[in-house]
Amino acid sequence: MSHLLEVRNLAVSFRRGGVMQPAVEQISFHIDRGETFALVGESGSGKSVTALSVLRLLPMAGHILSGEICMDGVDLLRVSERSMGTYRGGRIGVIFQDPSTALNPVMTVGQQIREVLAIHVRDDSRSHPARVIRLLQQVGLPRVETMVDAYPHQLSGGQRQRVMIAMALAGEPDLLIADEPTTALDVTIQAQILELLQRIQQETGMALWLITHDLGIVHQMAHRVAVMHQGHILEQSTHAGFFAGPAHDYSQSLLKAMPRIQRCRERPLRETSGHDEPLLVLEDFSLHFPIRKGLLKRQVGAFRAVDQVSLAIGQGETLALVGESGCGKTTLGKALLGLLPGATGTVRWARQLGGHIPSFAQIVFQDPYAAMNPRMTVGEVIEEGMRALRPDWTLSSRRQRCDEMLVAVGLDAGDRIRYPHEFSGGQRQRICIARALAVEPRLVILDEPTSALDVSVQAHILALLRDLRERYGLSYLFITHDLGVVAEVADRVAVMFRGQIVETGEVAQVLLNPREAYTRQLLQALPPLRWGACKLTGDKDRI
Amino acid sequence: MIVLFWTDSLFFLLLFAAAIVLWRARQDEHLVRPLRKVTHSRSAMVSAVLLLAYLLVAVLDSIHFTGGEQGAGAFRNEPVSVLDWLLTPLRIHVEKTYSAPFACDALSREMIADATGQMLWGLPRLQFACSHLEHPEATAAADIASRSLQGLLLGGLAGLLLAAPLWGWRGSREWLGPGWLAVILTVVGLGLIAGWLAALAPFYHVLGTDKVGMDVLYQSLKSIRTGLMIGTLTTLVTLPLALLLGTLAGYFRGWVDDVIQYVYTTLNSIPGVLLIAASILLTQVYMGRHEAEYASLGWRADLRLLFLCLILGLTSWTGLCRLLRAETLKLREMEYVQAARALGVGHLMILRRHILPNLMHLVLISVALDFSSLVLAEAVLSYVNIGVDPTTESWGNMINSARLEMAREPVVWWSLAGAFGFMFVLVLAANLLADAVRDAFDPRRAE
Repeated sequence: MSHLLEVRNLAVSFRRGGVMQPAVEQISFHIDRGETFALVGESGSGKSVTALSVLRLLPMAGHILSGEICMDGVDLLRVSERSMGTYRGGRIGVIFQDPSTALNPVMTVGQQIREVLAIHVRDDSRSHPARVIRLLQQVGLPRVETMVDAYPHQLSGGQRQRVMIAMALAGEPDLLIADEPTTALDVTIQAQILELLQRIQQETGMALWLITHDLGIVHQMAHRVAVMHQGHILEQSTHAGFFAGPAHDYSQSLLKAMPRIQRCRERPLRETSGHDEPLLVLEDFSLHFPIRKGLLKRQVGAFRAVDQVSLAIGQGETLALVGESGCGKTTLGKALLGLLPGATGTVRWARQLGGHIPSFAQIVFQDPYAAMNPRMTVGEVIEEGMRALRPDWTLSSRRQRCDEMLVAVGLDAGDRIRYPHEFSGGQRQRICIARALAVEPRLVILDEPTSALDVSVQAHILALLRDLRERYGLSYLFITHDLGVVAEVADRVAVMFRGQIVETGEVAQVLLNPREAYTRQLLQALPPLRWGACKLTGDKDRI
Repeated sequence: MIVLFWTDSLFFLLLFAAAIVLWRARQDEHLVRPLRKVTHSRSAMVSAVLLLAYLLVAVLDSIHFTGGEQGAGAFRNEPVSVLDWLLTPLRIHVEKTYSAPFACDALSREMIADATGQMLWGLPRLQFACSHLEHPEATAAADIASRSLQGLLLGGLAGLLLAAPLWGWRGSREWLGPGWLAVILTVVGLGLIAGWLAALAPFYHVLGTDKVGMDVLYQSLKSIRTGLMIGTLTTLVTLPLALLLGTLAGYFRGWVDDVIQYVYTTLNSIPGVLLIAASILLTQVYMGRHEAEYASLGWRADLRLLFLCLILGLTSWTGLCRLLRAETLKLREMEYVQAARALGVGHLMILRRHILPNLMHLVLISVALDFSSLVLAEAVLSYVNIGVDPTTESWGNMINSARLEMAREPVVWWSLAGAFGFMFVLVLAANLLADAVRDAFDPRRAE
C-alpha cells in the first residue's frame, strides 16, 4: 500500500538580501495512515518550513527549489491553487503553536468552525450547528452549548487550543499537522491536549504529523521519529529503535541535554553550614492589584497576585520557584526588586548588604531578545549598571570589568562593540547574565532564563549558571515552570499556586516525594521520558 | 546695512545648532557608522545634495540688507536679500501682466500702436523679455539656442570645477560608497541647470510671468526660503513639546499622563484653522497698534511668518505627542527598561538612553512627513487668507493665485507648474533622505 504522504528530495530556500539561503535541503520522508510521525528539531532547523511547504503556504521569500510532495499519489506541488484549497483545512488539518493568535478575536467559536464547515463540508448547511456541537464535544470542551457563542478572549489557553483542534477536525482530515501544539501551554494543559490528540487519532484513524522540539512529547506520542538539523534529516527510525539508542550523535546529544527529574539525585548536594544568616527572608509578603470600577474608580476588590508568601534564601543557595503561568512567580520576583509598587509584608535582607537593592540583587529575564536595548552596544548594556551603581569607577576600570564579565560568560572581550542583534538567543542570554553579574550582586533572580532557548543551549546556560554560582558565591532565585530544569540546578524548591506557596522543601524531597496534591499533579503531567526512566548508553559518565 | 529679521536669526540659530550637533557626532563612533552607511545610498546622496542646494538658496535669501540702489520704485527703502541682489534682473523686469515662458509677446491682446502710429488689436511686445533683439519673431529661437549652449557649457564647467575638489576629497576616504559618484553627477547637473538659467533668465522669462507681471522663476526661488522656514521653524516648536510631553506622559503615567492628555485633547478639539486665524488677526492688530515699529513691509511680513510658524507648531504637536506617548507606554514595559530599573538607573537616564533612542525612528518619519504637510498647509492657509503675508513670495500664494488662472483661455499653467516642481523636488528629497537616515540608524537592519 502506498503512503498517505510522501515527501521526496524536498529543497526549500529563502531569499534574503538577494541571496538564496537554503532552509531545507533534499529531505525525504513519508507518513502512513493512522500513524503519528514526529519531526524533531531545534529552532531554525527547518521543520516548520517543511510543514508550510506541504501546505504550499511558504512566505513570499520562500521558494521550493525541487522535490515532490505526494498525497495519495497526487503531487501537491503540481495541482492548481484552486484544488489546493480542498487539501488545506480539508484533507490536511493544521494546529499552530500559539492558540491566542490563531483565532480571530472578533468571531465567536461557533462562527469560526462553521466557516471551515461551509468550505469543506458540502452537505446541507442546516446540519452545521449540530456538527459544531459534536466537534466541540469531541475535543472535550465543557458546556458546549454556551461555548459556541463564546469569543476567543473568554477562553483559557487550553480551551483555545481545543477549539483550534476542533477547527482542524471540521474538514475531516486524513492528516493532522500539529506544529508545536503545546509549546505555549502549561504542563498540565499540555498533558491534557496530548491525551486528546491521541484519543482523537484512535477514533478517526487519521495520521498525525507532530512537529516539536520536545523529545518528551515525542516519546509519549510518536510511532516514528525523524530528527532534523540545519535543513537535513539526520535519522529516521521507529519509536523503539530511536529511544533504545539513536544512531546519530546529534540525536544523542539532544536526548542527553534534556533535563530530567532523576538528575536531582545524581547531583552532589550543597553543603550547608546551617548557622549562616540567610541572605533574604520574606514574611507574609503580598502584592495585591486593586480592581477598580465605575466612574470614580472605586476599589471593589483586589487581585491577589502574591499572597502571604514566606520564604528564605540562604547564602549561596539556589531556590527554585515553580508554578504554572499566572501563578504570580514572576510578579514575586519583580516585587522583590522593588520594580512593582504596592508590596506589603516583611522583606529582610542580610545585614551586611546595606539598603540599596540594585547593588546586591539583580534579575535575568526570560526573553533575551527583548531584554536588551537594540540601540546599545553590548559594552554599553553591560556597563550601564556600573555607571549607575559605581559612579566612582573610571571608564577604563568599567571597561576592564566589562571584558572580564564577557569572558566569564563564555564570550569574547571583543564582542563589546557589537550590537545585540548580531548574537544568537543563547549568546544574548549570556550577555544578560553578564550585565546582571557586572555589578557584583549577591542574589540573582533568574526569571525563566532558559525557556526561550533550545534544549542544547539550555543545557549550556544551566552549566554556566552553576559554574558562576560557585565562582562568585551567588544565590539564585530560579523562577521556572519546568520541573526538569529544577532538578538540574535547585537546592530547594518552592511550589507556587495562585499566589501562594503550597509546598517548600529540599529538591529531592519535593520532586520525588511530593506532599501536596498540586505538586503531584504537576509531576504527573510531565512526559514519562522526563522522569529519567529511559537509560542511555554513555549516560553514566555524566555527572 | 545688514538687517536681521526674526526668522533670519532663528533660522541661523537652527543651522548653527545643527552644525554643532553634526560636529559633535563626528567623535561618536555609533553615530558616524550609520551616517557613513547613508553615503552608500545613491538616492539619499542625491537628495542630500538637492536639499543643500535648497538650503543654500534659503541662506542667501536670509541675509538681508538695506541701502544702495537695490530697491525699485516705491520699495527703495525695503531691505533686500543677497538672493534678491543676485537676481536683480529678474526682480526688476516686471512686465505688465501674464506672459508665457520664453515668450516675446504678452499673452493677451490689447490696443497697440504699430510702427506707423496706427492703433490696432494685437499682442504687444513685452517690455523686458526679448528687448535685446531687433526682430524677435525671426531670431528668438536661434538666440535661445545659442545662449542655452553657452549657458550649459559655462554651467557644466562651473559644476566640474565644484565637483573636482569633491572628487579629490574622496581619494583618501575609502568608506565613501558608490553614493559619491551620484553626488558628483548631481553637482554637475545642478551646475548645468544653474548655468542655463543664468544665461537665459536675464533676457527671457524662463517660467513666464504672473498676473502682475512678476517673473515666476524669481517667485519660485524666493518661495524656497518661505517653505524651508515653515518646515523647520514649525518643527522647532513641535518637536520639543511633543518629545518632552509625550515621553513624560507615557513613562510616568498617573497624574502626569492625565494632565498632559487633558491639555492635548483640549487643544485638539479646537479647530486648528480657527486658532491660526485668531493668531494671525492678533498679529495684524498688534502691528496696527505699533505702526511706527512695523512701518516697513518686510518687518510686517516677517512677523506674520514667524507667528504662522509658532501657531502651526502649537496646533500640530499633538499628533506626534500622542504617537510618542503610545510608543513610550509600550517601551517602558520592555524588559530592557525593567533591567535598567533593576540596575538602579535613574528615570532621566532611562528616558535618555532607553526610551528616546528607540523613539527616534518615529520622530524622523513624522518630521519628514510633517515637513511636507506643513509646506502644503501653508498653501491651504493662503487660500483662506490666513497664511503668509500676501507680499511674501510662497508656493502657497503662487498656487492660490494660479487657481483662477487655470480657468483662463489660453490656460496659464506656469505659476502652478513652477510652484509644483520646486515643492515636489524639496518634499521628495526630504522624504528619501529621511528614509535612508532612519534605515541606517536602525541596528536591526544589519549590514
